[in-house]
Amino acid sequence: MHTSKQEPTIFGVIAEYSDGEAVLAAAQAARDAGFKKMDAYTPYMVEGLVDALGNKDDRVPRIVFICGLIGAGLGFLMQYWITGVDYPMNIGGRPNLSWPSYIPITFESGVLVAAFSAVVGMFGLNGLPRPHHPVFDAPGFDRATRDKFFLCIEAEDEGFDARLAKEVLLATKPDSIQEVPNL
Amino acid sequence: MSEMNGKYPEDMGLRDAPMIEGEHDYGTVTDKIGSIVLDRPSPRQWYIWGGIAGICLGSFLVSFCWLIYKGVGVWGINNPCGWGFDIINFVWWIGIGHAGTLISAILLLMRQRWRTSINRLAETMTLFAVCCAGLFPLLHTGRPWVAYWLVPYPNALAIWPQFRSPLVWDVFAVTTYLTVSALFWYVGLVPDLATLRDKAKHKLAKIGMGIMAMGWRGSAAHWHRYEAAYLALAGLSTPLVLSVHSIVSLDFAVSIVPGWHTTIFPPYFVAGAVFAGFAMVLLLVIPIRKWYGVADFVTMRHMDWMAKIMLATGLVVFYGYLMEMYYAWYSGNQFEIALASNRLSGDYKFWYYALIFCNGLAPQVLWSKRVRHSLTGLFVVSLIVSIGMWLERFVIIPVSLSHDFMPSAWGGYTPTIAFGDVMFFLGTFGIFLGGMVAFVRILPMIPMSEIKHLLHLEKHESHPAAQAETVA
Repeated sequence: MHTSKQEPTIFGVIAEYSDGEAVLAAAQAARDAGFKKMDAYTPYMVEGLVDALGNKDDRVPRIVFICGLIGAGLGFLMQYWITGVDYPMNIGGRPNLSWPSYIPITFESGVLVAAFSAVVGMFGLNGLPRPHHPVFDAPGFDRATRDKFFLCIEAEDEGFDARLAKEVLLATKPDSIQEVPNL
Repeated sequence: MSEMNGKYPEDMGLRDAPMIEGEHDYGTVTDKIGSIVLDRPSPRQWYIWGGIAGICLGSFLVSFCWLIYKGVGVWGINNPCGWGFDIINFVWWIGIGHAGTLISAILLLMRQRWRTSINRLAETMTLFAVCCAGLFPLLHTGRPWVAYWLVPYPNALAIWPQFRSPLVWDVFAVTTYLTVSALFWYVGLVPDLATLRDKAKHKLAKIGMGIMAMGWRGSAAHWHRYEAAYLALAGLSTPLVLSVHSIVSLDFAVSIVPGWHTTIFPPYFVAGAVFAGFAMVLLLVIPIRKWYGVADFVTMRHMDWMAKIMLATGLVVFYGYLMEMYYAWYSGNQFEIALASNRLSGDYKFWYYALIFCNGLAPQVLWSKRVRHSLTGLFVVSLIVSIGMWLERFVIIPVSLSHDFMPSAWGGYTPTIAFGDVMFFLGTFGIFLGGMVAFVRILPMIPMSEIKHLLHLEKHESHPAAQAETVA
């Protein structure tokens, strides 16, 4: 709306806090003020922060579950096809489809595929690896992985107005407020 | 705190003791743990153990090359004892690895906060222990360069692995275990690598840590998915670790060799693995916490818990020994009875009694609070348990094989020393110790982000000490 013409390169407005509760309260305040595109940056997982920010995403467990089933299914079918169809062999008089002896590998292949899907899915949805991101240019941001908590209202937000964002953030008593350039 | 030297003040109940001692905030946690990697020169002991690891690695190289050149005949295995040090050491090492997964996965799911300080170290121990373990069956195949035959892939010979054999299950179980443990370990490391990237002053460290951190920026949305993935990995690793040692035990139990063919093997092996693994964690943690001054995070409360788990799993293992004897008697099978009496009074009886002492009797001292709270006491018990668990596999494997059904097929087992079994076994310590020595130098040994989370929880929850502090 008011995307300021004099600062077209701004990524957002970022506020710095010293503990998890403060950033949680600030996120709630910013949400109440109508901002939607924002993110917080914290040194550890602060419970409830995604709910306050409204960017909760529960796809990872579903991906893991589905991929685990696919892995287990493929593992079972592989063994069945190999020992029952492609090259049947009499091992101790067992039937060609001796399913109990396929269980260990079925389980292991399910776990293997599910574990890979958890890691790949998580990093993929997070958009990582991504070596650079505009918030890294925010002054003092190197402490986001150490002992500081940040809340950034992004300029992409349709209702974004740098002045309003600053006002809302200032009311949450941050340690500092900065504009993040979009380099 | 470190000058307390393991003795916990009597007036302070361990139950109420904080899991992080000393005055810490998020910054000091980062400094204390991060600077071990980034700034602080290594303690003298690091060089000493690096040197020992180097010597062991030398022994590994020599015995490895000799083995590849001559073949598995340089080992003491023979007919009827086709499995000797190689399989003993395989089972021993992989069992040690299991405590790492137990600490990182099972205790996470059970919301045991005390795992936080030791999980990284234990997971790393798992990785290197599984590497050592994997080498043994790989080389025991005799032609490790065609080990890929164990993988099902379409080939010109039109042959496939034998999927009804526990040995093939083992290949899948161990490789899956190594892969999943490595993934779990790396995912756990990512936020800490980002912390080190942001803390590092040296350009090389910044770039190296930066690449490994994948651009982690601690975004709340990322943390949420991260936690979901981490929990999923823990949930997958928990049955995985149980399955791996169960499958290892099926290598034995599926056969008809007397002394192997029992249904108690899977749970008994899993308990033994956890037992040995916790002993190894203690053997590593006790010196490391002292040399690196991280006793604030790895407190006596952690030692106490680990000792209790060792005691509990030790009792399960001891129950297993009693049951083996009972089964032999109750089966009425002459071969089982002969095997049991061979263990008790045969050529290897000394080792059987040593095993009962190490795993059955010695851990009972852990009932005493004084022993659990004495670092020396814990160290000695852990050492005895580690030896005992090795002896257990010795008693199960070659001793059972040496006396099976027909007296005409009986034999004996003696490991070779120089360039053979013993030297190779020592060599695997080079891989293990070398890995651990490198790890404590280049990666944070305690998960910083998780400690910060714990610090937050400890500060804000009904903690008598913390509450008193806030009031005052």
